[in-house]
Amino acid sequence: MFDLAQEMFSFPFIVRAFVVGTLVALCAALLGVSLVLKRYSMIGDGLSHVGFGTLAVAVALGLAPLQVSVPVVLLAAFLLLRISENSRIKGDAAIALISSSSLAVGVVVLAMTVGMNTDVCNYLFGTILAMKKSDVVLSICLAAGVLTLFVLFYNKIFAVTFDEGFAKATGTRTGVYKMLLALLAALVIAVGMRIMGAMLISSLIIFPALSAMRVFRSFARVTVCAAALSVVCFFFGLLASYTFNTPAGASVVLANLAAFLIFTAAGQIRRLVS
Amino acid sequence: MEAAPKELLRCEGLSLRYEAAAGYAVQGVDLSVCEGDFLCIVGENGSGKTTLLKMIAGLVQPTEGRVLYTGLRPSEVGYLPQQTAVQKDFPATVTEVAMSGLLNRKGFPPFYTKKDRETARAHLERFGVWDLHRASYQMLSGGQQQRVLLARALCASEKLLLLDEPVAGLDPHAAAGLYEILGALHESGMAVLMVSHDLDGAFRSQAKILHMATAPLYYGDVAGYGEFAKAGKGGFHV
Repeated sequence: MFDLAQEMFSFPFIVRAFVVGTLVALCAALLGVSLVLKRYSMIGDGLSHVGFGTLAVAVALGLAPLQVSVPVVLLAAFLLLRISENSRIKGDAAIALISSSSLAVGVVVLAMTVGMNTDVCNYLFGTILAMKKSDVVLSICLAAGVLTLFVLFYNKIFAVTFDEGFAKATGTRTGVYKMLLALLAALVIAVGMRIMGAMLISSLIIFPALSAMRVFRSFARVTVCAAALSVVCFFFGLLASYTFNTPAGASVVLANLAAFLIFTAAGQIRRLVS
Repeated sequence: MEAAPKELLRCEGLSLRYEAAAGYAVQGVDLSVCEGDFLCIVGENGSGKTTLLKMIAGLVQPTEGRVLYTGLRPSEVGYLPQQTAVQKDFPATVTEVAMSGLLNRKGFPPFYTKKDRETARAHLERFGVWDLHRASYQMLSGGQQQRVLLARALCASEKLLLLDEPVAGLDPHAAAGLYEILGALHESGMAVLMVSHDLDGAFRSQAKILHMATAPLYYGDVAGYGEFAKAGKGGFHV
């Protein structure tokens, strides 16, 4: 396996995809613990669909994908959070509506311009060929930002996730932290989407947190485990993709699925033993 | 002459209705809480007690009137929410939950120190749940969870506790213990504002009582409440 990895990393484009993907996987897992526990998983899914729509429009207009999708996805994160907070609207239904509409807009725009070709497939399911030097720089900045904010506000994020009412009553500005979570998730999705694909990126947010929660019972351990697991799964997914010539995004998701099954079994065994 | 105690918060004409067309859930509450006060909010189910407390805690916006924090900051309030089922599988240890109460008393950066750990430990010990401090919060029994949340509320404040049904889920022995602790806190100058429909033991002779039935029916001291109840106006027997 060592030789295989060495061979794989002799390709510069794979190294770039590895760096970007690892950082995105790490950030997604950290944010994912809170997003899953606050039942915001659907927001991540909705954001990735919005991301696909904007990516398609950007390509049709000949603009740089990230420069268009980042602000639009940030705006969408703001709106989706507001929608899911507002109990008068059925939050999950509204998010599903926005998701499918964005997807439809993206597909129609692509069909009218560049046509339904392999590019579309790449946007939907990801490609590791798309990463340029600028993406590497961007993802390093993103990861540095997310890690700094996450570590700095870790205790606040726990308090808001565990009991929003208590946090608010004792003077935490809960809205600020929830918005921070949603906006950071939007950035991670916008950057990671082209490797993982619009259809698959939300799994990076959801899987590691769920797997870690099967085994660990403290917030700190779940967070650390999810982050580590996400990075490991990305590596093995990429390796499998290289070895078996399978799409990278889907391979990473399958690696996460395997980890989830292993952790579920481990959790069951642990429960039986104790 | 003794100086008048400092006012901590005040409610002025506090009312809430969920829909413009619907009736009031809470109507026209005026009250004032000073340092060292012990105020019990009592009333039937659905009389607006919890909603009133949530408005005071800033969780629900009143449709009319206002809550003024005249003598303390929101970060100096300790709050015990009515027990709600915690999400199954929420990963959190007892220590993590209790320590989160300390968070808003800290400045920036929001990291815990050794002293914070000792404070949390002292409060957990006070409620007899320190030996569970590494346990998963959601695996505890209802009474144990309640005691952890009380410890968290104490971590959050030395000035004012807002407690929503603090003895719910506690057995009589633990409830008596809780009242003892509340009594001791009150002696040491903590103001307590407590929603309860259990009157036994809740009453300290210095307590004030607010009897809610959407609107306040009685607001005054314990002695006066006895008269109010005897007059058959719907008060509880004391």
